[in-house]
Amino acid sequence: MKPAKFDYICAATVEDVAEVLGEHGADARVLAGGQSLMPMLSMRLSRPQVVVDITRVPHLDGMRIEDDHLFVGAVARQQSLAGVADLATRFPLLSQALPWIGHYQTRVRGTVVGSLAHADPSAELPLCLVAMNGEINLRSPRGSRRVRAEDFFKGTMLTDMADDEFIQSARFPVAKPTDRFAFREVGRRHGDFAIVAAAAVRDDTGIHVTVGGVNDVPFRRRFDGLEVHDIGDAVSELAAELDTRSDLHASAALRRQLVRSLASDTLKEVLS
Amino acid sequence: MRRIPANEQVRVSVEVNGRVVTGQAESRTLLSDFLRHELGLTGTHVGCEHGVCGACTIRIDGDIARSCLKLAVQVEGASIETIEGLAPAPDSLSVLQQAFVEHHGLQCGFCTPGILISLDTLLRNEPNADEMRIREVLSGHLCRCTGYTPIVKAALAARDRLKELD
Amino acid sequence: MNSDTLNSDSPRIEDGPLVTGRGRFMDDLPVSVRTAQMAVFRSSVAHARIARLNVDEARLLPGVLAVITSREVMAHTAPLAVGIRVPVECWPVAVDRVRYVGEPVAVVVAESRYIAEDAVDLIEVDYEPYEPVMSIDHALKADAAILHDKLGSNLCSDRSFCYGEPDAAFEQSDHTVSVDVLYPRNSCTPIETYGIVADYDAHTNTYEALTNFQGPFSIHTVVARALKVAGTQLRLKTPPDSGGSFGVKQAQFPYVVLACVAARVAGVPVKWIEDRVEHLTASVSATSRQTTLRAAVSSEGRVLALDWSQVEDVGAFIRAPEPATLYRMMGNMCGAYDIQNLRIRNRIVMTNRTPTGLNRGFGGPQVYYALERLMQRIAVELKLDPVDVIRTNLIRSEQFPYRTASGGLYDSGDYQLSVDEALRQGGFGELVTRRNAARREGKRYGIGTTACVEPSVSNMGYITAVLTPEERAKAGPKNGAISTATVSVDPSGSVAVHVASVPQGQGHRTVLANVVGDELGLDAAEITVVTELDTTRDGWSIASGNYSSRFAAAVCGAASIAADRLRLRLTEVAASQLNVRVDEVRLIKGAFSCADDATRAISFKRVASTGHWAPGTITGDGPPPLRETVFWTPPELAAPDADDRVNSSLCHGFIFDFCGVEVDVDTGQVTIDKYVTMHDCGRVLHQGMVDGQITGGFAHAVGAAIYEELAYAQDGSFVAGTFADYPVPTSMEIPDPVILHTCTPSPFTPLGAKGVGEGNTMSTPVCLANAVADALDVDDVQLPLSPTNILKMMNVAEPETSTPAASPGAFASRPIHGGGSVTVNATPLKIWLMLLDPQTLREIVPGCHSVDRVSGTDFVAHVRFGVGPVSGDYKVEIGLFDLDEPHSASLVGNATGALGNGSGEGRIELKPVDKTQTEIVWEYGAHAGGRVASVGSRLLNGATRIVMNRFFEALGRQAQDEGSPSGAEPGSDNEPETGLIGRALDRLLKRGDS
Repeated sequence: MKPAKFDYICAATVEDVAEVLGEHGADARVLAGGQSLMPMLSMRLSRPQVVVDITRVPHLDGMRIEDDHLFVGAVARQQSLAGVADLATRFPLLSQALPWIGHYQTRVRGTVVGSLAHADPSAELPLCLVAMNGEINLRSPRGSRRVRAEDFFKGTMLTDMADDEFIQSARFPVAKPTDRFAFREVGRRHGDFAIVAAAAVRDDTGIHVTVGGVNDVPFRRRFDGLEVHDIGDAVSELAAELDTRSDLHASAALRRQLVRSLASDTLKEVLS
Repeated sequence: MRRIPANEQVRVSVEVNGRVVTGQAESRTLLSDFLRHELGLTGTHVGCEHGVCGACTIRIDGDIARSCLKLAVQVEGASIETIEGLAPAPDSLSVLQQAFVEHHGLQCGFCTPGILISLDTLLRNEPNADEMRIREVLSGHLCRCTGYTPIVKAALAARDRLKELD
Repeated sequence: MNSDTLNSDSPRIEDGPLVTGRGRFMDDLPVSVRTAQMAVFRSSVAHARIARLNVDEARLLPGVLAVITSREVMAHTAPLAVGIRVPVECWPVAVDRVRYVGEPVAVVVAESRYIAEDAVDLIEVDYEPYEPVMSIDHALKADAAILHDKLGSNLCSDRSFCYGEPDAAFEQSDHTVSVDVLYPRNSCTPIETYGIVADYDAHTNTYEALTNFQGPFSIHTVVARALKVAGTQLRLKTPPDSGGSFGVKQAQFPYVVLACVAARVAGVPVKWIEDRVEHLTASVSATSRQTTLRAAVSSEGRVLALDWSQVEDVGAFIRAPEPATLYRMMGNMCGAYDIQNLRIRNRIVMTNRTPTGLNRGFGGPQVYYALERLMQRIAVELKLDPVDVIRTNLIRSEQFPYRTASGGLYDSGDYQLSVDEALRQGGFGELVTRRNAARREGKRYGIGTTACVEPSVSNMGYITAVLTPEERAKAGPKNGAISTATVSVDPSGSVAVHVASVPQGQGHRTVLANVVGDELGLDAAEITVVTELDTTRDGWSIASGNYSSRFAAAVCGAASIAADRLRLRLTEVAASQLNVRVDEVRLIKGAFSCADDATRAISFKRVASTGHWAPGTITGDGPPPLRETVFWTPPELAAPDADDRVNSSLCHGFIFDFCGVEVDVDTGQVTIDKYVTMHDCGRVLHQGMVDGQITGGFAHAVGAAIYEELAYAQDGSFVAGTFADYPVPTSMEIPDPVILHTCTPSPFTPLGAKGVGEGNTMSTPVCLANAVADALDVDDVQLPLSPTNILKMMNVAEPETSTPAASPGAFASRPIHGGGSVTVNATPLKIWLMLLDPQTLREIVPGCHSVDRVSGTDFVAHVRFGVGPVSGDYKVEIGLFDLDEPHSASLVGNATGALGNGSGEGRIELKPVDKTQTEIVWEYGAHAGGRVASVGSRLLNGATRIVMNRFFEALGRQAQDEGSPSGAEPGSDNEPETGLIGRALDRLLKRGDS
């Protein structure tokens, strides 16, 4: 299990990264924390001609609050979320989901943006970004553009990013004091990708639940005006609506059961 | 922008356990292979090469890392600590290492170096870590011999001893 | 011996190097600078004929020294010998045909592992697929594909045994209770994988292999025979440290043969370190077993007879020492119970799965899963207390040594006492109270109980029970279990011990230092112990190695005998030097002294060195006392008799477990609330190590019971090739068990010790299963106790919804399936013609490099499929059939490439919407095999969906010439809008051009 050959480029600036991607497109892969790409390189599932390392680009490791958003730079680590002041009150969903993201060891190296870019349907951070109405800031030789979370995830490991684009940063909005969030997840083991994860949000726009681990992308469903006594029916409809499939970790029936259970728990929590 | 073509061997200089050392690597050489086969630091073990088992865990610039998920060329100029650097002297053991010996926290010892690096880092950063926190951090490592019970005991004993010494 | 000093909890002498990174494991050791690295090219399909194998490009890659295929392997070797006479040839590489995913097809020797893997990527193979046989049921079907043609079926052994009068017992009994269970495949997966350095000396025709092999060394003979050399021409050596094995490293011997051949062909030493994907896919597995077990039972719950029907899946080949898993428990098929009427039918089948071999528990988990589920069912069906059913049937203490119906001889035990103490010390009453309270709160809480006999020190002759008495008579008797130990003194009077035990973390050196130090009146720290083995230099025999929990009972026993003999000889020397009678000499704390005058003493070192410096002063017969080597075998381990009775193991420990579990009905998760495990393993030699074996075995068992399965898809693909997909439990999943002990020393072993390394892998899975059965009040339990299986067992109807259930589609039975539709501005005929035109297909298939028409409706394409970071080049063959121009067509396809292979079928319909518009509707079912399935099965459906949708979207775009689609409708896949697909297509085409 050793990677195939590739050219290694250690980028010094954001412009370097854009230049390499502009030149090589899909034949180049961006390396940050390495928690997803490195195993794929070693298993030779991924065989880029060029690996562009962005870990030494200055200022990409930022994680700060500006304009009522948590701004997360491309190489900011997942573990750095734990250091964000008042995470539990300003970003309750991130705070609740953080312990479920991999392990201590992978959070220290894994980046928030890397997880978003990898777009694993079972990963927690894409789910949070969608549930929180976050944004992605893409960069390419052609310039920059912003994409809303719900427009960004397109399929299993597929995003709206063009081949010459990379994520320069992601933005998670600060919660209002009246907003309510709840997160639940079931995996086979502690630290595993979710079989099903669910996040419920109640804010001044209404109520919605986002489900990860089932469809190819985090699936968000609005339940505006939902009352507690309707939750049972609502989550049953939600489970039937999703594209539940069987794999070695869970049957389709289990996924539906988990959707009902976790969506119900999270909705109850935000409605109580 | 530094470019290392696929077919080139380059020199990588890195500080390991307090000494600057140099070795040859290709762009694709895994750091775990570089440490073991180029620098001769065979204490870092390779158990899965996909970042799950934790046997290859080391510290890079003070933070833990799976060395199978890093390229050798990425650590140019960095400071690395491996299992070989944990003991205070060749004939003595750190408090954590000693606790592993006393509580039978290892059997075959293959996963042990990575576990020691993780727990050493944890107890440095969080000297009051409770059993749940220790188990949580330990869950980033797979051990097939011990059933984890004696490892948790050893970690708790080391934590208490370190607090006494502090 | 002095048991008080022996049962210490002393720190291990092994630990210093291991905690400081100075261990000496396989991949840590220096090798010749000439050493090259080996990588293995493996089958990506479960069952196929190898139509073409092309290694030319691989051979030409710079840095490659040799590529070895079955041609070279067959030129230098003979098939691997097996214990039963069946027309099945087992080679270390596939010959003409592959029979499981991961089977070696060729090996590359190169300057580095990186280059070797580059070369592996260049090997091309064409397979003609056969039907894969993936289950025991399927293997037994009359119309199933046959793995080994000469065998004529997949059944390679069928033997029946009868002891006592089972028929009469069933006739006379009040009740018959039965269970039907399937034990799934799993493996103990040591964290260090297989490793070998092999070399060949053409001048002496001698092979040398350093390998972290674990024994039994009967396998040495198998390897030597395969290499067509005398045993002494195969020098097998083991490294000082081995990173766990649990039986698993026994099965690397075919790779030893391969590496030896590779070294011979390449002309250099060859090193191979197995990687994790290789290990999970193709190293070895425990057997899967289908068992029907019936009991004749009295109304009081007394079992009068057992009737076993076991069908064992040994995988694609029967590989030494199989079918040992099926026969290891032959002497203790009635477990801890006094049952003298017994019938057994044992069948062995071959399936297209990885061959099986040693794995901690080795037959025990499979047997006790059936037996102890049965005991629980007896309690439920007869409305008795499960503990009472166990107690009623236990062998009584006065019956020991106890001869079982099938010939086992249980050495010692007080089972009733052990159960009573477990219940009392473990707080069984409180647990029942806890369960009742939990149930009142509406929780699903259950209690499980299990009683097991843990066999240890295997009789090397038990495997011959698979032969008929006539076949055995012809082959000659096989029996015994020789263990080997040498205790020596050097010219300085220092003591060294060598044993042929090959530990993988069990602390053998520490325990042996204690045992020998105890015999010789020395501190353990004064004893040097060497456990690595060199078959050319050291004493060993076929039973050597570390398996069947034989260390404490047999190896330590042999060492204590050797030390005792040396002590007696040295006492004679001391007596002569002290000028007293031998019986007047005492050996205490490093000195020989006179019994009546302790001041007349002479140091141990001085006496021990005498044989070296002044042999002429030593009186008596024989050589001077420098070294004692003991080959010890217990007389109790006789060959199977003419009535098929066999004492399959020397020692029989006792285990009684109980546990409380809670099942979360919402999530299907099982939480172990409390687990109590009582062990009688005879005399404990080192408390820390005994308890370490128990906690370790318990963790393996929890993994096997709840989490792990070496899972295959229906089509034969292996889908658990990473530690993400083979979920070994972590510190968050494994609770601390309560460990209790009783002790009845074994009268058959020199130190009174019995084995303890495997017991919980036998007792714990079924104890947890019994608890889950109790919690859910269900009759049948399926392992692993995963949320999916728990949900299935609960069998709760899903709520009705207004959303109609998605149509499963024609291909829903395939692991990958889906469909969709798109409406385009073109006529059906136009689209039809495009689908049959290679030029158009080349343009629209994403990542397509070429399309050629082979015949009217058959095409071959070369395509790069890519999803996210994953991409690979594939050769795709597509055939169209059921053509109904221009309305519909069916197609079948096969794709092969470096990442694996896939095959699928599909149906396309072209439905006119109006004069200018057509709706294209597609549906497909597929499976994928090889690497991409082994390591990424979780993501395959989504990735396939992307590729399929890209194609049809592109077809739609092309069909319209100009203009945009009139609107795509999401198919059953909830596929996002078309813009994306178009962009993705652009990307792929652009990449194809670059």
